[in-house]
Amino acid sequence: MTRHTLSVLVEDKPGVLTRVASLFARRAFNINSLAVGPTEVPGMSRMTVVVDADGELIEQVTKQLNKLVNVIKIVELTSESSVQRDHILVKVRADAATRLQVTQAADLFRASVVDVSTESVVIEATGHPEKLTALLSVLEPFGIREIVQSGTLAVGRGSRSMSDRALRSA
Amino acid sequence: MSKGSPISPSLMATKSAGAHKASERVERPADAGVDTAAASPVLGPNNVVPPTVMTGSQAIVRSLEELGVEDIFGLPGGAILPTYDPLMASRMNHVLVRHEQGAGHAAQGYAMVTGRVGVCIATSGPGATNLVTAIMDAHMDSVPMVAITGQVSSGVIGTDAFQEADIVGITMPITKHSFLVTDPEDIPHVMAEAFHLASTGRPGPVLVDVAKDAQVGQMTFSWPPKIDLPGYHPVLRGHNKQVREAARLIAAASKPVLYVGGGVVKAHASAELLELAELSGAPVVTTLMARGVFPDSHPQHLGMPGMHGTVSAVTALQQSDLLITLGARFDDRVTGVLKSFAPNAKVIHADIDPAEISKNRTADVPIVGSVKEIIPELTEALRTLFETAGTPDYTNWWAFLNNLKETYPLGWTEPDDGLTAPQRVIERIGALTGPEGVYVAGVGQHQMWASQFIKYERPHAWLNSGGAGTMGYAVPAAMGAKVGNPDRVVWAIDGDGCFQMTNQELATCAINKIPIKVAVINNSSLGMVRQWQTLFYEGRYSNTDLNTGHDTVRIPDFVKLADAYGCASLRCERDEDIDATIQKALEINDRPVVIDFVVSPNSMVWPMVPAGVSNDQIQVARNMTPEWEEED
Repeated sequence: MTRHTLSVLVEDKPGVLTRVASLFARRAFNINSLAVGPTEVPGMSRMTVVVDADGELIEQVTKQLNKLVNVIKIVELTSESSVQRDHILVKVRADAATRLQVTQAADLFRASVVDVSTESVVIEATGHPEKLTALLSVLEPFGIREIVQSGTLAVGRGSRSMSDRALRSA
Repeated sequence: MSKGSPISPSLMATKSAGAHKASERVERPADAGVDTAAASPVLGPNNVVPPTVMTGSQAIVRSLEELGVEDIFGLPGGAILPTYDPLMASRMNHVLVRHEQGAGHAAQGYAMVTGRVGVCIATSGPGATNLVTAIMDAHMDSVPMVAITGQVSSGVIGTDAFQEADIVGITMPITKHSFLVTDPEDIPHVMAEAFHLASTGRPGPVLVDVAKDAQVGQMTFSWPPKIDLPGYHPVLRGHNKQVREAARLIAAASKPVLYVGGGVVKAHASAELLELAELSGAPVVTTLMARGVFPDSHPQHLGMPGMHGTVSAVTALQQSDLLITLGARFDDRVTGVLKSFAPNAKVIHADIDPAEISKNRTADVPIVGSVKEIIPELTEALRTLFETAGTPDYTNWWAFLNNLKETYPLGWTEPDDGLTAPQRVIERIGALTGPEGVYVAGVGQHQMWASQFIKYERPHAWLNSGGAGTMGYAVPAAMGAKVGNPDRVVWAIDGDGCFQMTNQELATCAINKIPIKVAVINNSSLGMVRQWQTLFYEGRYSNTDLNTGHDTVRIPDFVKLADAYGCASLRCERDEDIDATIQKALEINDRPVVIDFVVSPNSMVWPMVPAGVSNDQIQVARNMTPEWEEED
């Protein structure tokens, strides 16, 4: 199974997230992560869907998504031609003895400490999924109490705009 | 996504017809020549209606009228009550059904014979959920249908209000698209979009759920509305290069088969198909959804492929070196075990739905578009190729296939219990009614026999529940077909099991003067399940006996039942009475006719490819596989 990142431009209509999620469920496709939010165009949202699928299956995923009336455009973003970022909030056990080590580790990953208490710190980090995995493995020995992670966000490199082109062809 | 022109293949046949009297409907050839110029995406005559203040309910009715709707099937209830009030004054014909599932199947039957969008209406909650089976059926068989449901007022949505059901959510996986309307101003454009979506591209069911306050509220109606579907652009024209490549493969093949599916019926492309078939000289197989789109009497026709297909059709696909797939979808009932299906064949796959291409079987030459446009282009490309390279020689291929056709024709053996063979009844109904009739089957053994033993010569004459396999489809779908084709003889070929699921619509037929003819092929059991129990469960007949036939209590008595519903009711139990009974039924046209054909429970559907094996294991009778030594 290979990992694919799909950028899906959708109409911002009620139920559109359900339509996409339910399509994945009923066609037995695996969603690895999903992130959704508004775009620069009013009435249009963009979803970034990360899917584990082989070649023929990813073609089916794309075709089935395209059949959804609210889906305007789908682009597969490869890791070379796009910037892909995850966002993470980690609550790590940290008392007076370990706090400095924890914050130093965070610094190495250009992560920032966004909350401190006597027993713990909350670290916020952004990056490619692999970088975040590395950060987590460094923090692990201190004791991770909670992880909250966003879906992957991705945008193509260069000046071209997906929504711009989609609007022109529509 | 590429951009296509907004033409509706499913509506092409009716485009130029405009308004017409019911009696003119049959005269209009279903596959008449079609103007393919770009038309408005808003269906109907596109009358200009200046802004007029009205209620949402009035807007629903007015939109339906402007969209050219003539017939509607439905049943009112609390949440749709406001809409039923202006409906009373409308020129549209509303048929009051006895169960909402009947309205759904009737809309399907109507759509299947006319090519127009079928419309059904129900109230919220249980009214809407009763439509679910029909919606799913329409989704599986790509039937253009719009279902309008009432919804509780927007202020109480989500509070488990009386008769509240999230019907948009419930039907999301089984609709082409759906709308929840809470603002009456949205009604005209939503209705126009629903009809556009249902009828264009790959047709399918669209649900419009309208909250009660949106029906009651005031709005400003104007027509035609603007259709705003930025993500919807069905491709109609096949890619030129792909079409030429397909023609090249056909010219180079030695064992080609035209594998024709229901898409060719939906696209009204039977004339185009005939031309392509005759030019190429290749054998044709028509799937369960495509029966009639190519004449059964044509010498190039091998019949139906699949689990209960003819030996020649099944074997032609298995041995083929090139499948020319037109509007078909490699359903598991056609392919058997997919890995072993047509192992040596290259595949040309033309379909309007890109997601069907390479879904089950990888296509060597995919062509996305309407077969209405692709087939003539393919014919032209082939003609050019044949002119320079000569016509391919399929002599050996035809010798092999004709031998199969002669050796293994469709037929039946007389039942060992001395009772009537159900196949004979069905064969006689077809023979005495002829190809101008419309035949609507339920699901099960009688459905397969109706597909096998009635000779279909024209498209839109054969209706059944193919993908969904919905028992109970026949009576309401026949009712809808009769409303759409009032001058045709419409037969529901039903089973005793199916008939008991939806026969309440006989009341609708009797009261509304919709004189359908129902042949209950009464083998006193859930016959297809019983057949599997005979073959695969050592004859342990678990819960398949319905006690409606010979030597049983006969509950219900179908003759009394039909009589109670105001239908003419006949019973036939002997071979010698079959023809006379059918003739009598054909002579009664002032009310519905129900015939209880009491037949043997032991007859089985043959040929059969048992589930889970290759199509090469086709059996012509129990444990009898054809002799393959005859292959070349």
